[in-house]
Amino acid sequence: MEAAKPSYPTEKLQNPRKFWTPKRKEALVGWLFLAPEIVGMLLLNVFALGFSLYLSFTSWNLLSGMSGIKFAGLENYIHMFQDPTIMKALKNNLLYTVLTVPVPIAIALVLAVIIHNKVFFKDYFKVVFFIPYISSIIAVAAVWSALFHPSLGPINQFLMDIGISNPPKWLVDPKTSLIAIAIISAWAGLGYTIIIYLAGLTNISSELYEAAEIDGATGLTKFFKITVPLLRSTTFFLLITMLIGSFKVFDIISYLTEGGPDNSSTVIVFRIYEEGFVNYNMGYASAISWLLFAIIGIITAATWKMRREDS
Amino acid sequence: MLFIRKNFTKIITTILMAVLSIFFLIPFIWMLSSAFKFEKDVMRFPIEWIPKSINVVYNFKAVWMGKVPFIHIYMNSIKVAIIVTFVTLLVSTMAAYSFTKLKFRGRNIVFTALLAFMIIPDQATLIPRFMLIRWLGLYDTHVALILMSMFSIYFTFLLRQFMVGISDEFIEAAKIDGAGHLRTFFSVIVPLCRPVLATVAIIKFIWSWNDYQNPLIFLQTKELYTIPLGMTLFRDDYTTNDAIMMMASLSAIIPLLIVFVVLQKQVINGIALGGVKG
Repeated sequence: MEAAKPSYPTEKLQNPRKFWTPKRKEALVGWLFLAPEIVGMLLLNVFALGFSLYLSFTSWNLLSGMSGIKFAGLENYIHMFQDPTIMKALKNNLLYTVLTVPVPIAIALVLAVIIHNKVFFKDYFKVVFFIPYISSIIAVAAVWSALFHPSLGPINQFLMDIGISNPPKWLVDPKTSLIAIAIISAWAGLGYTIIIYLAGLTNISSELYEAAEIDGATGLTKFFKITVPLLRSTTFFLLITMLIGSFKVFDIISYLTEGGPDNSSTVIVFRIYEEGFVNYNMGYASAISWLLFAIIGIITAATWKMRREDS
Repeated sequence: MLFIRKNFTKIITTILMAVLSIFFLIPFIWMLSSAFKFEKDVMRFPIEWIPKSINVVYNFKAVWMGKVPFIHIYMNSIKVAIIVTFVTLLVSTMAAYSFTKLKFRGRNIVFTALLAFMIIPDQATLIPRFMLIRWLGLYDTHVALILMSMFSIYFTFLLRQFMVGISDEFIEAAKIDGAGHLRTFFSVIVPLCRPVLATVAIIKFIWSWNDYQNPLIFLQTKELYTIPLGMTLFRDDYTTNDAIMMMASLSAIIPLLIVFVVLQKQVINGIALGGVKG
């Protein structure tokens, strides 16, 4: 008895010209079109993250060459949790987050609602609040660092003029350096938050407000019962991106204070930079990198969980 | 009169908001006016908003023809930002096309995986990337900067959202006309995406222009610096001359302000695009 030939695969293999069926061709093209992005992502993100995990268990100074990589077990991690500058950086990051996330989100929400339907020249306000976000943060920081000059700067001269004889020394005082940086960041980032809220507001149907008005709702009731709840997903988006962003802050601190004075404005990423690219302690810097990755992972997971329970 | 009575609160809010908005403009106005001043007048108080004596030529020369190779730095920024924008758009658009219009197994898994990679912060991978660049012999080159910022899941995601809305019939029609995939991509998809590509291009250009961290880590030679890193050279050389610092800041942001004023709709919509979909 002869077995029935499985017809489809053999037929195709026997005829090489038929191998590139349109379907296979499409798959090949699909992968080729994706290839640059996939290779880039794997190499610069996934592989790099894995390699940094490996390095975090070694003690290695870049200057000693590849042969200088020595396995060190948990040494870096143990050292990290006893390192006062890392603890200081964590604390600073937390303070920076508190100053630059909830308050600006609340202010931006109110401003966005006002711009959305309570002012003339809407476009003017959109543009003005947005200008600092679009300008180079470094150039903007240069301007603010002059404005914040402790004795000669216009801000302190103004404060002294209105009777404050000992105004804060801002960037050069350990007590206020991080606050000054947070003010500049919040100022520069507010336009972004407003724009995102404005985009969210255009999605709310005006009928809801009209119905509420018929029921006699006041402006405040409408704000808290309609606007705030319906903007929840926008707020969630802003919260998660701004939380993560606040733990990644680097540029402005590196330019303005280099973490000083006396580590008063140092943050996690600045520690990675200093240990890795100033002191060349690649192993230790990698361990700090993983601390950053863990923090951002936890924030993401926690906020997602919050959102799921919420809805 | 009727207009005023009808819109009374709206007029008042507009005025209050206008006052508030000045807070967002004052640092720029101060920068502009200081860039025109003599060093000794910058910190004079009360502030001379319109300088009485003007030193703008000296300040301009100090920035553009002084010790800092500012013309080089400017050209570097233009070059790097244009190349980065172009390459990012190409890579992201190709990926987005593949994700939306080409059918093959594994497509959705790859897309989900890429989205998941977005959680990996750039700074957590800096050290291996630095080693990779050194190993490739690309340390202290502009290629390093381009490589570091040409792959963007964020833009791929935005472009994908847009392409989902393009009807498959356009592609079918191109196929019937005998166009291959490359041809379909460049002469059907890319032109159809022109509005979103323009928006994404502007945003990428601005981000690249403002990038500080990558040049800081991957460049060493002053002549190769881009503007944000170049600003540190002014800070180190002219630490006490605020007039020159303000002229440098002004020079650094003028192209951005021009781009923004001319194309504000696209810039704002582009930024909003990312937020609403999130």
